[in-house]
Amino acid sequence: MHSNGRSKTRAGWPGLGLLAELGLAGSGLTLVAVPASVPAHAAAPPSYTVQGGYTIPEPLTDTPGDPAMGRNWVINRKLGNCLSCHQMPIPEEQFHGETAPALYGVGDLYSAGELRLRIVDPKVLNPQSMMPAFYKTEGLNRVLKGFEGRPILTAQQVEDIIAYLMTLKDTSKAKN
Amino acid sequence: MTRMVKIPGGGRLSRLMAGLVIAAVPATGAVAADGDGTRIDWGPYKVGDVRSGYTYAGAQTRAMQDDDFQNPAFLWLERGAELWDTAEGAAGKACADCHGDAEESMADVATHYPIYFEDWGKLMNIEQRINWCRETQMQAEPFEWESDDLLGITAFVKHQSKGLPVDVSVDGPAAPFFEKGKAFYEERRGQLDMACTHCHVDHPGDLIRAETLSQGQANGFPTYRLKWQTLGSLHRRFRGCNRNIRAEPFPYGSDEYTNLELYVTWRGNGLPVESPSVRK
Repeated sequence: MHSNGRSKTRAGWPGLGLLAELGLAGSGLTLVAVPASVPAHAAAPPSYTVQGGYTIPEPLTDTPGDPAMGRNWVINRKLGNCLSCHQMPIPEEQFHGETAPALYGVGDLYSAGELRLRIVDPKVLNPQSMMPAFYKTEGLNRVLKGFEGRPILTAQQVEDIIAYLMTLKDTSKAKN
Repeated sequence: MTRMVKIPGGGRLSRLMAGLVIAAVPATGAVAADGDGTRIDWGPYKVGDVRSGYTYAGAQTRAMQDDDFQNPAFLWLERGAELWDTAEGAAGKACADCHGDAEESMADVATHYPIYFEDWGKLMNIEQRINWCRETQMQAEPFEWESDDLLGITAFVKHQSKGLPVDVSVDGPAAPFFEKGKAFYEERRGQLDMACTHCHVDHPGDLIRAETLSQGQANGFPTYRLKWQTLGSLHRRFRGCNRNIRAEPFPYGSDEYTNLELYVTWRGNGLPVESPSVRK
């Protein structure tokens, strides 16, 4: 299952079972198929390198992530839709989801590379996770027509979201 | 895990009342946060750990379901009652010509569906049974899925079992189809790569944005869904769920969904038939 040899550092983290799900999830209760509004990026399958089974240290793009854009993507129900499952310090949005850990302070808990893996393909860390892989196109089952062969987020959107999450340093507002 | 509750016979209303009384299973020993409904005495709508979607619905939605005059689904019930007595097809027969008074002949029928249907060598749900009757016995055209006619007659037939505990059989010849339904329920699918279990087994009661996840019980279908502004079938709900996770849905009445219907209905064995229910 974890053939790529996890480092001892990672195995020693506290509360790993729960934290393995940290990241971004989109249950998409209001998702609508609108291919026209999604940038075409279906050509090549996403490529990245997981190191030590716990991190993707190299950014997916040359352009640094923009935290302000990232904040938009985590709210957007057709993109990150992270609020669907995670509580976050975004007070103007009502009804944050409850099915996954709150993300207050997540930028203090994880490095950018660790967050990158959790967004790109969280099931590398926890094969049982409910969380979708946001930058993966392979190994999926019966994907809705119009969404085949492309990830939920573009590489740049992933980087924007990481940049935003890295700004979340304060755990004190966590509700759970 | 036997959750079956036997309710003695009698008129439909009295059976419903009996259901309300006997299934008042208190949530003893349940330890949970306040406000998640676990400690509330839900009467027949909660049997052991099994909770109808009713128990996750808001008070206004429940009130709509509780009052026959407020429940919009009763318009479809009236249509169903009309159809029951209307002769159609080359045979010149109505449902009533063979089945008589639905209150008697259809009492408790819906608690057992989907069934294994020998002629087909596979499962059959109520909608399929009705259309089989139309084609084979009445020599009439089958109703279209999600047409007001099929929804109406389905709701009417199921309504004759209202208050009686769901009691589908999953052994014998139904067993392999039940297993297929279970496998479907547990299989990840779609761009979001989720299985039914992730929401409806692991997280009932939790919010996904403003929606409260339920156990995904089938005992209230067809249901009047406020979001739809119409009555809808369980297979419509399956298709919506599949689309939500960006998975290609299966056709109405497909074997996949009928097998899944048996599995999902079995999960609610013991809950009262609520058709037609009202949901958000």
